[in-house]
Amino acid sequence: MEPILELDGLSKTYPGGLKALDAVDLTVHKGEIFALLGPNGAGKTTLIGAVCGLVRPTGGTMRAFGHDLSTDWRRARARIGLVPQELATDMFEPVIRAVSYSRGLFGLPPDKARIEEILRALSLWDKCDERIMALSGGMKRRVLIAKALAHEPDLLFLDEPTAGVDVELRRDMWKLIGAMRERGVTIILTTHYIEEAEEMADRVGVIRKGRLLMVDDKAAMMARLGRTEALIDLDQPLAELPAALAGFPVHLERDGHQLCYRGGDGSGKGKAEVAALVKALVSAGIGFVGIDIHESSLEDIFVDLVAEQGA
Amino acid sequence: MSFNWRSTWSIYQRELLRFLRTAFQSILSPVLTTSLYFIVFGAAIGGRMPDLGGVDYAAFIIPGLLMLTLLGETTSNSSFGIYMPRFTGTIYELLSAPVGVAETLVGFVGAAATKSLILAAIILATATLFVDYSIAHPVWAVIYIMLVAAAFSLFGFILGVWADNFEKLGIIPMLILTPLTFLGGTFYSIEMLPSPWDKIALANPIVYLVNGLRWTFYGSSDVSFGVSLGITLGFLTVCTIIIAVIFRTGWRLRN
Repeated sequence: MEPILELDGLSKTYPGGLKALDAVDLTVHKGEIFALLGPNGAGKTTLIGAVCGLVRPTGGTMRAFGHDLSTDWRRARARIGLVPQELATDMFEPVIRAVSYSRGLFGLPPDKARIEEILRALSLWDKCDERIMALSGGMKRRVLIAKALAHEPDLLFLDEPTAGVDVELRRDMWKLIGAMRERGVTIILTTHYIEEAEEMADRVGVIRKGRLLMVDDKAAMMARLGRTEALIDLDQPLAELPAALAGFPVHLERDGHQLCYRGGDGSGKGKAEVAALVKALVSAGIGFVGIDIHESSLEDIFVDLVAEQGA
Repeated sequence: MSFNWRSTWSIYQRELLRFLRTAFQSILSPVLTTSLYFIVFGAAIGGRMPDLGGVDYAAFIIPGLLMLTLLGETTSNSSFGIYMPRFTGTIYELLSAPVGVAETLVGFVGAAATKSLILAAIILATATLFVDYSIAHPVWAVIYIMLVAAAFSLFGFILGVWADNFEKLGIIPMLILTPLTFLGGTFYSIEMLPSPWDKIALANPIVYLVNGLRWTFYGSSDVSFGVSLGITLGFLTVCTIIIAVIFRTGWRLRN
C-alpha cells in the first residue's frame, strides 16, 4: 500500500520539559481511516499539529506524499486538510465566504460549483449566506469540515470531529466521513468515542503520554486482545468441575453456583467455544438457569492497554 | 513553489472585507476626531496663530493630523488583524496552509496599508471643508504615505504577535505612539520650542515622519526630507527583519 504519511521518531518537548511526543513512528496508507486513540493530554492533538504546521517538532522527521514536511512543506500542506477540535472560525462571516476563503488561502482558483457541491454534501447549502454565528454547534462543525475540504485535500485530519455533537449528528458525521473515504480521501481522526473508531477505522493507534503504544489493524487488534466472558448460572451448585468440561477455560465462582468462561480472541472464537461449552453442559446433564455473555469491545481493549502501560 | 498570489489575494480581500464590515466605526471615528482637531486647532485657535514658514496654521497642521491618524489606525488595524486570529484560534488555518511569510505579510500588511490610504484620502477630503491647502509634491506625498503605512502595518503586525492580551495590544499605541505623535510637531514647528527642547525633540522619531510628510505638502520642514525618508525606510527594514525572524522561529505563532 502506498504510504501517505510517514513519521519517524517524531518528538516534541516543550520548553518546560513536558514531552508531548516521544519518538513516534507511524505510517498511514492511502485511502485508509486511521483512528488515534488516547486519553486527554496523550499527544493526539500535538501529533496533528506537528504534521499540519501548528507545532514545531523538536526531533524526528515527517513526510507526506513523499515530501519532507520541514523542507518541502508547501507541496505537502497543499494536499492536507485539518478540522480542528475547537470551533475556531470567524463567526461574523457568511458560510460561503468562509469556505471560499479557505480555498483561496490554499492557492486554488475560485470554483463556485465545487464550493456548492461541498456545501450541499454537508447540508449547508441552504445556510450558505448565513453568518456562522447564527448556526447551531453541529452546523458550525460542518462549516469547519467544509473549509477543510474546500481545497480538495487528499489527507484529512479530523481532531475530535464529533466532540459535543448529539447522537444523530454524530451518525451523520460518520456517514460523511465514510463518503469522503469513498472519494479516496485518507482520514486520520482522533476521538474520545471508542465507538467511533470501532465503527469507522481500518487501523487504530493507541497513544499515551506521547508514546504510540500500539498500531494495528482494528480487526487484528480485536482478535489479538479481545476476549469473551460467559457467566452461566447453574441450577445446582457444583463442588468441582466435571471431567466433561476439561479443556474449556472455565472455573467455578459464587460457591459453585456459577460457571465462568474467559477465553476466545475477539474474532468469534469465544462465542463458538461458549456454544460448545453449553452443549457439553447439556450432554453431561448439568442444568443451568441463565447465561450472560460479554465480548470485549475496542473500548475494553483500549482501557486495559492504557491502564497496563500506565501501571 | 513560488510566491502564491492567490493566497495573498485571499488574505488581502478578507481583511478588507473585515474592515468594511466595521466601516462605520473604522471610517467615521477617525474622520470625526480629525474634524474636531480642525475645528479646535484650525478654526478656533488657528485664527490667532501666525503663519508658520509661510503656511497658514490651519493648513500647517494637516500633515501632522494625517500622520496622527495614519500611525494610530495603521498600527491598530494591523495588530488586530493578526491578534484576533491568534486569540480566537482561527490562525490554525493560516499556519496549516501552504502560505509563507511573504504571502502572509503582503496580504495582511497590504490590507492594513490600503485601509490607511483610504482613511488618508477621506481625511484630506474632510480637510478641504475646513481649510484651503495644496500639495507641493503630490507623488512624493502618496509614496511617503504608502511607506509610512507599510512600515506601521509591519510594526502593528509585530505588536499583534507580541501581545498576549487586549491590554498589551493597546498599550504601545496608546502610551507610546500617540504621545510621541503629539510631541512630534503635529501642532507646532520644532523651531517654536525653547532650547534645549528643540534639540531633545529631535530624539523623537515621529518628528521625522511628521516633517517628512509636511515637506511633501509645503516643500519645507524642520528636518531634511532625505533624513525622514531614510528613517522611514530603516524602520520598514527593521520591522521586516523582525517579522522574518518571528516566522522562522514560530515565536508566539507555533507551539
